[in-house]
Amino acid sequence: MTLAVHLTKRLHDGFALDVAFLAEPGVTILFGASGSGKTTILRCVAGLARPDAGRIAIGDRTLFNGDSGVSLPVPDRRIGYVFQQLALFPHLTVARNIGYGLADLSRAERQARVAEAAESFRIVNLLERRPGQISGGERQRAALARALVTQPAALLLDEPLSALDYAIQLHIMDDLRRWNAERRIPILYVTHSHREAFALGERLIALEHGRILASGSPHEVLDHPAQAPLAEIAGFENVFGATVVARRERTGTMQCVLTGTFTELEVPLGVAPEGAAVQVAIRAGDILLADREPVGLSARNVLAGVVLDLGMHGATVVATVEAGARFVVHLTPGGADTLGLRPGARAWLIIKTYSCRVARSPWHS
Amino acid sequence: MDWEALWLTARLATIVSGILLVVSVPLAHWIVFSRRRWTFLVESIVSLPLVLPPTVLGFYLLMAMGTRSPLGRLWIDWTGHPLAFTFEGLVVASLFYSLPFAVQPIATAFSQIDPTLREASATLGAAPLRTFFRVVLPLSIEGVIAGAVLSFAHTVGEFGVVLMVGGNLPGVTRTVSIAIYDHVQALQYREATVTALFMLAFAFAVLLAVYGLRRRPLAAAPLA
Repeated sequence: MTLAVHLTKRLHDGFALDVAFLAEPGVTILFGASGSGKTTILRCVAGLARPDAGRIAIGDRTLFNGDSGVSLPVPDRRIGYVFQQLALFPHLTVARNIGYGLADLSRAERQARVAEAAESFRIVNLLERRPGQISGGERQRAALARALVTQPAALLLDEPLSALDYAIQLHIMDDLRRWNAERRIPILYVTHSHREAFALGERLIALEHGRILASGSPHEVLDHPAQAPLAEIAGFENVFGATVVARRERTGTMQCVLTGTFTELEVPLGVAPEGAAVQVAIRAGDILLADREPVGLSARNVLAGVVLDLGMHGATVVATVEAGARFVVHLTPGGADTLGLRPGARAWLIIKTYSCRVARSPWHS
Repeated sequence: MDWEALWLTARLATIVSGILLVVSVPLAHWIVFSRRRWTFLVESIVSLPLVLPPTVLGFYLLMAMGTRSPLGRLWIDWTGHPLAFTFEGLVVASLFYSLPFAVQPIATAFSQIDPTLREASATLGAAPLRTFFRVVLPLSIEGVIAGAVLSFAHTVGEFGVVLMVGGNLPGVTRTVSIAIYDHVQALQYREATVTALFMLAFAFAVLLAVYGLRRRPLAAAPLA
């Protein structure tokens, strides 16, 4: 079955949501920064919010039709929803949470279905516990089991895994895929995490300010950002305004100076002429750090700088380095220890030419 | 001890808090969960007895029960006697007087429930009534009990409204607080002391129950 969504909705903070897309069976990622309208789309599909106009249908069943005024009540839609906060009922055991949507079944049937779902999501031994007594990953599994045990026509996931370790995320998504392999329902997965988008999605829809910016496979959409605003949301932690100062057709590169600095970067040759304003985007994970000036490197961009700030994000060390411009660098805790990184320490940034993505600045094109 | 007054007060408070429980739960539900803009208006009206001097409330109720008011005449046509200075009149007056003490704790408990829990219940196919009984009520049961206890206690302690609407008829409208007042007026300090001490112990026990309840961790809440 296919989920067909076409809706417009004016949102309170001034921008209007206006999207149309089809979600086939399998995982479709709704990707975008917070405030891009992802969650509102899910809420409209589930019936928790009402679009101003449009049509939402699953298979040949209409859930909402702005023209005829049809809007199925939430309980009748049969759309599974896993909330960002999971929304497990704190006063019920895991078993009763999972069985909550099966009130119409006989007791024996309900128990059998709960047991089957618990098995699929590996929480059989937690059935008699309450949500407050189990871990975050286990709660996640319970919430998925609760939504899927009702055999919904589609499943909506609102950043459900973002609080979890990457390894646990992958594990849970594997179990979800296995569950869905035979059932084949459309799964809409909302995230603003680049990594989740790559790992989980078969198809990706990139949203910005309530509109669809691009769609396709995660690699198609996120690896070749056509427009600078997309690069920013597509997980490029470093986005700089820059000017093209020299084009080298022979080597397939060009030289850019970052706006307001003397910092030069060698980047892949693009369509921009000399003097053009461009945006240079570099992923934080694509930058190498060294604690002394490196020699004998193939990388063309080596920038001297000073560590401003160090922080942890999950298992990733996030370093901010001032090197003419401010660069965000991701590295592993082990890597950070080896370098003896601390705020104030000198550091060299090593950036491969082809780690730099260039987009024309939209306001100059 | 004035056992007659005590028994009358207990009956009055039980009936009033029982009725208030039935009225306040849907009222609080509407105030908290309705999307209408004028819920605040109803909220203010419900809370009016909190700030109004009891004699003012009693005065208006007395007027409303009198022969010159349409409501009062309706009651007289129906029952053959006026509502004022009867036990039923006392019940009606107490319902208004204690309403906010029942509604407010229940409304507070409702409003503290994570709204996504109700949404989750709906997406799992539960109709609003089922959501109420399986999710909202179990998670706010302490507030509901607090509302019942507080409206009971508040009805026990009322004085001004009773005096205005009920007067001081032994066995009909003479409550414990009126009895204490009466004892003092008659310089019967020993009787007043005993009854007052009894009321002090009762009030403290009620507060112990309410605050003790609030400390209870969620994990120990009754299974729905």
